[in-house]
Amino acid sequence: MSDRAIAWIFVAPSIFLLLAINIFPLIWTIRLSLTDFRANRPNRPAEWIGIENYRRILGDGDIWNSMQATAHFLFWTLILQVVIGFALAYLINKKFRGSDLWTTLIVLPMMLSPAVVGNFWTFFYQPQIGLFNYVVEFFSGVDPSSFTMIGSVDLAPWAIVIVDTWMWTPFVMLICLAGLRSIPDSIYEAAECDRASKWRQFWTITIPLVLPFLMLAVLFRGIENFKMFDLVVQLTGGGPGSTTELTSITLKREAFEKWRTGYASAYAVILFVTVFGLASIYVKALNKVKER
Amino acid sequence: MSYSVTETSTRQKWIAGTVVVGYALVTILPLVWIIATGFKTPSDAIAYPPKVIFEPTVEGYVNLFTTRTRATQETLDALGEPATWYDAIVRQYGMIISGPSRYGERFLNSVIIGFGSTFLSICLGTLAAYGFSRFKIPLKDDLLFFILSTRMMPPIAVAIPIFLMYRRLGLSDTHLGMIFLYTAVNLSLAVWLLKGFIDEIPIEYEEAALIDGYTRFQAFYKVVLPQAATGIASTAIFCLIFAWNEYAFAVLLTSGTAQTAPPFIPTIIGIGKDWPAVAAGTTLFLVPVMVFTILLRKHLLRGITFGAVRK
Repeated sequence: MSDRAIAWIFVAPSIFLLLAINIFPLIWTIRLSLTDFRANRPNRPAEWIGIENYRRILGDGDIWNSMQATAHFLFWTLILQVVIGFALAYLINKKFRGSDLWTTLIVLPMMLSPAVVGNFWTFFYQPQIGLFNYVVEFFSGVDPSSFTMIGSVDLAPWAIVIVDTWMWTPFVMLICLAGLRSIPDSIYEAAECDRASKWRQFWTITIPLVLPFLMLAVLFRGIENFKMFDLVVQLTGGGPGSTTELTSITLKREAFEKWRTGYASAYAVILFVTVFGLASIYVKALNKVKER
Repeated sequence: MSYSVTETSTRQKWIAGTVVVGYALVTILPLVWIIATGFKTPSDAIAYPPKVIFEPTVEGYVNLFTTRTRATQETLDALGEPATWYDAIVRQYGMIISGPSRYGERFLNSVIIGFGSTFLSICLGTLAAYGFSRFKIPLKDDLLFFILSTRMMPPIAVAIPIFLMYRRLGLSDTHLGMIFLYTAVNLSLAVWLLKGFIDEIPIEYEEAALIDGYTRFQAFYKVVLPQAATGIASTAIFCLIFAWNEYAFAVLLTSGTAQTAPPFIPTIIGIGKDWPAVAAGTTLFLVPVMVFTILLRKHLLRGITFGAVRK
């Protein structure tokens, strides 16, 4: 057999499965998005309505609300995770005794099921009995029954930011740590010979060399949190009202509660194009930083 | 005595250590609390201020695995002495066990679907990774990027057509349907990670084997596979953890027969505000992942970044 034939025997099964379970559905979604099909009435013939769904989405206030909620969530989780994650990595890199053990403990939340953990956080957030409210009372003296993290319009967006940050800061931390460890000591030694201050070394050596790693972490977290569904749906279910209704939750409502399949498909296509477009631009920028 | 300018001073190490340990303690507090709540009585669980010291009980676990009904005093008296220790626990509350709960089934579904999809994605993924690593394939980079990009779609977006497709094929709410779906989702991770591991195996070994008269497939089977064993094992654990934790597809595409634990656990609380039972179910579900995480710590970074960062 020629090498080419053998190569295809190795690769083809995977490509085939991905075509069947990813690409075929994607094409189907695009087709559905141009109709008014409703999945709960499969026997009613779907009508071809062209780009009507897309036009309506762009004028839909609920959709813009969910985009805004997602933007708030993305912005704050990324900021907090980058700052805390980098700081932790910087400290762990001082190699104190037992740092490996503590690193492993810090990493634990990241690997757990977001839905299952999110469900339990509703217990911590209970106004009168919750651990979270107790800790807040302990440090600030605020009456624990005077606020509910997931029941109030002002606090709920922060409740989801807190849990996501708790879960995913270790992810950023691990990547930063790899970045810090990749910097050879000799660079610092050279800087020391040139009498550069520690502060200057930090800004001109550490930060630029860790930056590609940090940007990679932001890429991963950005994509993941743009798709965020399981954690938030369990924590707040999108509520109160629609204050924490992220794009994926709106999508689920449209597709599986209101059964507006065509409309939801159009929204899904818009979301996919957005993630894909933003990620591609970002990867270009990332490659530029790496080349420097 | 040699002196290195990059060596950290003892005082700095001490400060760094204190801050990191402090953070670690805060971050694992919720996990410790979940485990502890599983061993509390329902009233201890909702006590305020939260109870740190309490008398441990396995009530939560008994409630997790059983369904109970309230019984009148006469029925209880008529039943006589409780036959087992778990009967005894339930009787204290004037209840009798009416049957097993669904938790065991759901947990087993998670195991079947998790292992099934991991096995399939590792088989397909190893073949594809070897193909991509060793052969000239037209449009290789594009294909690899295509494989990765399947991870960028929001799961709900994928779920809409899958829901329709499975309904037509009769795969809704079946183990097989979920195994195929999770295999497809995990495949991108498996291919990328395994390609990295196989790239690291020197190609000379296979060349020697080919000269010795092995066929391509024998070389793959007898030379590459044993060398890649560690990589395959850690990739398998990552696939398993993903399938184990997955929620969005599970909640939309399964409801009974093939429902996994993540969509089921949150429904436990609806039955009677029984937080210890929820905590018990959560603990049993999370502990295996914690153990795997600790075992995997050396390969963790590689797994979570699809092989982009290798240390």
